[in-house]
This record gives sequence, structure tokens and C-alpha cells, in this order.
Amino acid sequence: MNKQALVEMKGISKAFSGNQVLTNVDFDLLPGEIHALMGENGAGKSTMMKILTGIYERDTGTVFSKGQEVQFKDAKEAEKAGIAVIHQELNIIPYLTVTENMFLGKELTVGKTGILRMAEMKKKTEEYLSRLGIDIDPNIEARELSVGQQQMIEIARAIAADTDVLIMDEPTAALTDREIEALFKVMRGLQEQGVGIVYISHRMEEIFKMCDRISVLRDGEYIGTKVIKETNFEEIVKMMVGRDIGERYPERHVELGPERIRVDKLSHEKKFRDVSFSVHQGEILGVSGLMGAGRTEIMETIFGSRKKSSGEIWIDEKQVNIRNPYDAIQLGIGFITEDRKDEGLVLDLSVRENISLTNLKRISSQSVISKTKETELVSKMIEKLRVKTSGSEQSVKSLSGGNQQKVVIGKWLGIDPKILILDEPTRGVDVGAKKEIYQIMNELTERGVAIIMVSSDLPEILGMSDRILVVHEGKATAILDRQDANQEIIMQAATGGNSHEKSGS
Amino acid sequence: MKNQALSQTVQKLGPLLGLGAIVIILSILSPNFLELNNLLNLLRQVSINALIAFGMTFVILTGGIDLSVGSMLALGAALTAGMLSSGFDPILAILLGLMAGAIMGALNGFIITKGKVAPFIATLATMTIFRGLTLVYTEGRPITGLGESVAFELMGRGYFFGIPVPVVLMIISYGVLYFILKKTTFGRRVYAIGGNEEASRLSGIKVDRVKVAIYSITGMLSVLAGIILTSRLNSAQPTAGVSYELDAIAAVVLGGTSLSGGRGWIFGTFVGALIIGVLNNGLNLLDVSSFYQQVVKGGVILLAVILDRKKAS
Repeated sequence: MNKQALVEMKGISKAFSGNQVLTNVDFDLLPGEIHALMGENGAGKSTMMKILTGIYERDTGTVFSKGQEVQFKDAKEAEKAGIAVIHQELNIIPYLTVTENMFLGKELTVGKTGILRMAEMKKKTEEYLSRLGIDIDPNIEARELSVGQQQMIEIARAIAADTDVLIMDEPTAALTDREIEALFKVMRGLQEQGVGIVYISHRMEEIFKMCDRISVLRDGEYIGTKVIKETNFEEIVKMMVGRDIGERYPERHVELGPERIRVDKLSHEKKFRDVSFSVHQGEILGVSGLMGAGRTEIMETIFGSRKKSSGEIWIDEKQVNIRNPYDAIQLGIGFITEDRKDEGLVLDLSVRENISLTNLKRISSQSVISKTKETELVSKMIEKLRVKTSGSEQSVKSLSGGNQQKVVIGKWLGIDPKILILDEPTRGVDVGAKKEIYQIMNELTERGVAIIMVSSDLPEILGMSDRILVVHEGKATAILDRQDANQEIIMQAATGGNSHEKSGS
Repeated sequence: MKNQALSQTVQKLGPLLGLGAIVIILSILSPNFLELNNLLNLLRQVSINALIAFGMTFVILTGGIDLSVGSMLALGAALTAGMLSSGFDPILAILLGLMAGAIMGALNGFIITKGKVAPFIATLATMTIFRGLTLVYTEGRPITGLGESVAFELMGRGYFFGIPVPVVLMIISYGVLYFILKKTTFGRRVYAIGGNEEASRLSGIKVDRVKVAIYSITGMLSVLAGIILTSRLNSAQPTAGVSYELDAIAAVVLGGTSLSGGRGWIFGTFVGALIIGVLNNGLNLLDVSSFYQQVVKGGVILLAVILDRKKAS
């Protein structure tokens, strides 16, 4: 540990318009080290890295680069100091060749004429690629490469710029197993050359295989740093999620009724396979998993907005065929989507028009909308959900997040749903409105509605669900009763930790 | 919130104020302008563009565009004229012509929804196809000898209590379409689709079906305009309706409907069509050459849109 750190960040804090996202966080990276940065979605990992690379300004704290205190103004300055980021979305231009991509923005020219020195650039590209042990023809267009190969080009580009700190954000998310192996080989090679790598990932297996140390953030706070060889899976998970569940959730005493919906071996070509579960009347099924695990896609498929490749859906013991959202609504399914602004609301329309949208049949006769019925429905919903508006004519654009979410809920309560799917129902919603939304969910279950709640918020899952379905990479890895579940068990199933234990020991 | 409502009202009044200003200027410059005869004549001229623009309003409200209206007008008119000249019952011929318009429009709708082709491209292609079919069908010559049928003559040349029949047809169409847009579930769906297509789909709205219906209505209205035109000229011209889509789009935009969909109203389109009609009529009365007329018309459209932008921001 007497090597000088490539990067050292001390006491970093950051708030966005009063919202504290980082509080006094430390982080350091040694030469030749692969250092994992872990935490739940929204724990502050990417904010931390954006502060390092100068995209965000820190409120407090200091950053050292090779012993020098620095404050980068933008990503370009950080790059000059040898810090490069490999983003999830690659910066590769498909119709340019590998060489052209490698030298994009820093082309070698004859003097200042702008005439390119193609031969030399090609030679250098070959050199860098071979140094990384990659076999790619520098003359082919980038679009002919696989995602993994494109990523290699980006890494080569970073190395070409004398990078010694490489930040990789979920680098394996889009790669095949073989590409992951190739990437790991390259990473090992870089490690030997003394490059330090910050490795951001949700995948426990990979972290335990590749990394030297791991730092954990939770809710913007620094929890600790462990040497991988001296820790274990359980300890890391505990660090990630260990937080008290107070009385944030209303109590539930609901008698479960008969089975309302059963999903049997539902599969989608690419996103998930053989997912089975059932929900009873009055039950809340929590659906947990990491981002990109396929949770939302499963819900979209049940709701008919995404095509299934196989599998069956049964409602009240009858098999149903849901081809589109219209069919789903006819069967009494409501779907409160994850993305309010793009999928839930028509922002230009008023509160009234948005609530009416799913209920047009109910408030009209012979296709003519009855003003009386519409006003009745809308004011009932506004009152029931306590939407704070200046009136039903206010445009939903100007409402707060919590109130917008209530309008979306109102839209779906109007159809008297038998089954209500809520995807991240409390994201971007303040604490008060959160509890109100939970109370509405409870009231619905008391009336026999079956609720499926997708959430990345583990305390919410544990606080509200009767049973919990855990999804990992398109597969249902666990269905747990609430009394058997805790955050560690869920996280383990959600990160594929079970298979790690089996194959690792 | 009161301010918001107020600024909305001002925004809505904008086109009407513009129309008023132009009318006042023209009535000062040309004493003939405000004569009843001239005004009725003006309205009759406006009716053709207005009917097309009404359909275009629906299309643009959903975020689409229809460039094929002029070609549908020509093909529908030619088919109707063909039937008339070969001795069809005139009312049947008119109804079949309108149906042909609905089918052409529905075809646009299917290409756009099922074929997932951008409306601009889809209707650019059908504009050429329908025009070509018109030329094939008419062999490039006007169809004349349309018979002495009263029903057909009335369409373009008749009067109803002193009001030209085309104007009556325009007003009836306006009333029906206004009602549909304002008071029915269909109208609500049109606004919703234009505002956020994905949210509409997820709310159980059959987006494709609504769109096909809208393009179909536009086709039918275009052919109605075509039949009026044919009746007025007592012949169907193979080149009728060329570049009519531009006047229709201009009327919609002048009326304050957003080209990105979701916001707008059919009353504005009516006013927009009147502005274009008044300009045409007034500049004619003032003996402005038709070359300069185009420059003035384009300038007015530009000015209106820029003013609209200013208000919006």
C-alpha cells in the first residue's frame, strides 16, 4: 500500500437542488488495481464518477490525481490527466472504420492542413490493438463489429491517449459470455501495465472474480471498502442494503381470496423466459430485481404491449388471450407504467382529460362524452386521491411528481381494475405522497384487487408485498413469502448470487 | 392559473384578430370588397380549401401530415365525372365518389400504421400514385359531358336560401367535425394520440384504428371538394388540385394548430382558410399580379407562425 494512488477522493459531498446525493464519500484507486464500486440504483456511484471526471462540480471534498490536487472543468481535462470512461452507451460511429474511430477528434494530419496521415494512423491502430491482444482489422467499418469488439475499440482509444485510470460502467451488460471472457483478458493485461480500473457493476460473480477491492455506497453515503479476498458475498450485500425499515408502510390485514391471475411459463424472445407466478385476490406480489433484469418487460407482456413468444395467462381460472392493451383493459388489468411522462400521461392535456383517457367508454353514450359523467368521475378521483391541483382543468405538466403519479393512478382506478400492475409506483415521489400511495394500494387489496408491484426499492418491496418474485437476467430466480424474505436473500437472488455460491465453492 | 387561461384565450384570438386586420385593410383599399356578392363569392372560393383543411386538421392533430389530398381530389372527381358521363344516377355517382375518397384515405392510413411508414413519405408516394392513376383514367384529358343532372349542378353552382351550396356544405361539415372533435370519444382520442401516442396506446386506445379513420375522413373531404370543383367547372380536370395540400396545411398552421400534434382546434383552421381566401380575393380585387400574390401569401404565413412562436415562448 505504499504505492501512490492514481486517484484519491476525500470527503466528497454533492447536492442537486437541495437533494443530497453524496455525503462525505471517500474513494481511492491504486495502480494495477481493479476496484469495484457497488451500491443499489441511485446510491450515488455515477455521481461520484462524474465528479471525478469533471462533469459535475463537487460541493465539498478534495480530489487528487497522482498526488496532485485537481479540479477538472470537464471530461476533456480529465482525459488529459489520463482518466477515461467507458460508458454503457458506446461512442462509436458505425459508418467510420476502426482506424477513423480510434483517432476521432485527434486525427494525425500533415501540419495544420487537415490532410490526414492515414497510413500512420492505421499502423498505430494495429499497434494498439495488438498490444491489447485484440485481433480486429483496422480497415472495416465499426458497424460490422460486435458490441464487445466496439467496446475494445473504445478501450484501445483510451489507452492510446495514455490513460492510466479507466472507469467502466456496467461494461458487461450487453456482452455475451465469450465477449466477457475476452474483456476480462484485456482488463488483466491492462492491470499488469499498471492501469487502474474502476469497475461499476451489479454482478457479484464478476466482481468477486475480477476485482481486488470493493467500495460500497448506500443512499449517497460511504459504507466502507473491503479487500475482496477478505470478504464474502453476504457481507457485501449487508453493506449495500443494511437499513432499517421503520413504520414507513401501513399495516396490512387482508384475507387472500382465490387465485386471480396465473402466469405460466411466459417467455419473450429476448427479454425473459419461462416466468411463472400467480397472484390472489387481495394479494400484493412484489417483483424485485436489478435494472435490466426484465421485470418491466414481463409486465408489458402481460398487459399486451409487448408480444410474448410462448406461455399462458389465466385470469379467474380462464385462459385469456391478450393481444394489446385494449384487451388487457377489457379483462380488468390496469398498468401504472414506470415512466410517467412518456407512457403514463399526455402532458399537454388537463388533469380531467388524462383521467378520462382510460374511461372514455364509461363516461360516454354512443361515443358522445357526457360532461356530467366526466366531471363526476374526475372530481371523485381528485378527491379520493387528494390530488393537489388548482382544478380539473390544470394541465398535468405543471403538477408535482407525486400529484402526477396520483393522476396516473386515478386514470386506472376509474376502470375498476381486477388486477393492477404498478411499475416503480413511488419513484420520484416525496415521502408523504409515498405513504398515501401505499394506503391506496391497501384499500384496493381490501376490495379484492390483485396487485403486482415492480420496485427497485427493497424496503418498499419488503414493506408492502405478501410474496416476492425475484427476477435475474430474464429468469425468475425466487418466489418468497414475506416472512421468509429479507434484503440479503432478495439481493442474492437478484444478483445471481445463488449460482455464484454453487459454482464458486 | 388565471393568467394561463387568459393567455390561452389571447392565443386563440390571434388568428381571428389577424383576419379582422386584413379585412379592414382590404375594405379600405377596395370599396368592392365588402359587397355581399363578393363576400359570398369569397366564401365559395374558400369552401374547397376549407373542406380539405378540416380533414388536414385531424391529421395534423395526431402528429401526421397528408400530402396526397390534391391527388385524391383529382382522382375522386375524375371517377365521379366518369360515372356521370356514362349515365350513372348522379346521387349514386357522388356517393361512390366520396366512398372512393374514403378508401384512398384509408389506404394512406394503412400504409402509415401497418406499414409503419412516416406520414410524410407515405402520402408523398400516394400523392404521385393517385395523380398518376388520374392521368391514366382520364388519358390526360378533361372529362366533360357530365349531363344535366340538377343534383350534380347544385353541388357547385346551386344556392340554398341565397347561400351558395358549397358554403352550406362547408358549414355543415364544420359543424359535424367540430362536434366530433369536441364532444365525442373519437375527438378525445385524436388529441391524446397527438399528445402522446405511447401513453394513448397503453390507455387502451386503438391508435391504428383512429389514424386510419382520420386519413379516411380526409380522403372523403378532399373528394367532396373535388366534386364541388367539378360541378363548378362542369368538367373534371386531370390536373385539378395540384399543390392544394399546401394551402390546406397553411390554413391549419395559420389557425394555430401545432404541427407536432396534440394541440389545435378546427375553428382556427376555419379562420386560417378564411385568411388565405380573403388574401386571394382582395389581392385580385386590387389587381395585384398573381406572381406577387404568392409572395404576399407566403409572407403572411411566415409572419403568423413567427408571431405564434413569440407568444408560445
